[in-house]
Amino acid sequence: TVLDYKAAPQFSTDEKPAPYDAITTYNNFYEFGTGKQDPSRYASEMSVDPWSVEVEGECANPGKYALEGLLKPHQYQERIYRLRCVEAWSMVIPWVGVPLAEVIKRLEPNSDAKFVYFETLNAPEQMRGQRSLFSTIDWPYREGLRMDEAMNELSFLAVGLYGKTLPNQNGAPIRLVVPWKYGFKSIKSIVRIRFMKEQPKSSWEMIAPSEYGFYANVNPEVDHPRWSQKMERRLPSGVFRPNWIETEKFNGYGEQVAGLYKGMDLSRYY
Amino acid sequence: MASAVTNKWRGIAGKCLVFGLALLPLGFLVADIINANLGPDPGQVITEALGIAAFQLLLVTLAITPLKKVTGWSGWLRYRRMLGLFAFFYAALHLLAFLQLILGWMDLWATFTKRPYIIAGAAAFLAMVPLAITSTRRMMKRTGRWWKPLHRLIYPAAILAWVHFLWQARSDITEMVVYAVILAGLLVVRARWFGVSSLVPLKRT
Repeated sequence: TVLDYKAAPQFSTDEKPAPYDAITTYNNFYEFGTGKQDPSRYASEMSVDPWSVEVEGECANPGKYALEGLLKPHQYQERIYRLRCVEAWSMVIPWVGVPLAEVIKRLEPNSDAKFVYFETLNAPEQMRGQRSLFSTIDWPYREGLRMDEAMNELSFLAVGLYGKTLPNQNGAPIRLVVPWKYGFKSIKSIVRIRFMKEQPKSSWEMIAPSEYGFYANVNPEVDHPRWSQKMERRLPSGVFRPNWIETEKFNGYGEQVAGLYKGMDLSRYY
Repeated sequence: MASAVTNKWRGIAGKCLVFGLALLPLGFLVADIINANLGPDPGQVITEALGIAAFQLLLVTLAITPLKKVTGWSGWLRYRRMLGLFAFFYAALHLLAFLQLILGWMDLWATFTKRPYIIAGAAAFLAMVPLAITSTRRMMKRTGRWWKPLHRLIYPAAILAWVHFLWQARSDITEMVVYAVILAGLLVVRARWFGVSSLVPLKRT
């Protein structure tokens, strides 16, 4: 469906967005398989309507929210963000959604809420990747943000892409977008939001803590143990046009987010 | 006499068939490149496809001896060298594609010294180089009794290639497990038939 939104140029890059096809056929969504094309092939097996989000933990308004109820009071915006995958590729994507901070404010977290935790749908009968015998992910997929990160003006809940409802493979019906962090932080198909005192463990941190930290800020100065993060391939690329560009710290969003990490050693808190 | 001629033609036809089959992965890839059918990140797809083709051909090469033993037909041996050379050919293309399309020839030193999965892949490739070089009849003669122990390097090459593959897994290792079962099977039957020492490279037996 076509969405009603207004552009948010102050939060948008003027780089050229990747074509719709590229954004919707090249995805990491391991619930549907580990191949880049698996999600576009199999994500239609997931049913996203009706959808509800369980809100729990340190807040005044916990409960089960129908998706519409969670979003309705807010005006949709379009934000064109860079997305940098930890695998050293990147795309420019025109999201439609609402600022995460606006939604969080309505849920009224209390003063004990230091972190926000998110969970993806756990439904093996709809998600073939969750049925795989040799997957090392302990489903459901989990992610989390520090409260101040979640309240940052860039943190976004996306429900659309190119002005239309999100396709399932891109994390329908509602997903997180935190553009200064590696893509895996931007958890898809969210069914649970929990406000917590303690720092939650994210899925990749559980699988390989030496490779993936809780923060996962885009940082060319800190290599992934298996590859360098200094450069990225901006997709779509071509066989004779690899499109290498230099990776920027915080994916180029340092102006908005560098303050969050003042005094932190980012090679330790990677 | 007539049957000898027929056999010769049969042999040539068989080799042409195997040659054509071994070229199929490359053919599909070239067709996909021409039709722009590889998605937004063709470099990655090409590199992976070439690597998988190399590994699969290594396994097929390793299957020749068991095939001969099981079927009792020694004709399989005719195709072994060609299959092994194709495995090397795909491995070389895979390496080139990685350097050109994934790495852009940047950061070479760090890549080949610090990244375990790259080191395993590079070691597998290096182990295959002497096998390719000594694959001709003349080199077979020149290496003499060393040829066989030398060519047992294919075992560590295949194992390293598998490790190279496994270490790239991020969460789901189903595919790697399937290949592990095949590779282990191919090695175990050899150990049972010819003894464990028949698997040790560079050891004269």
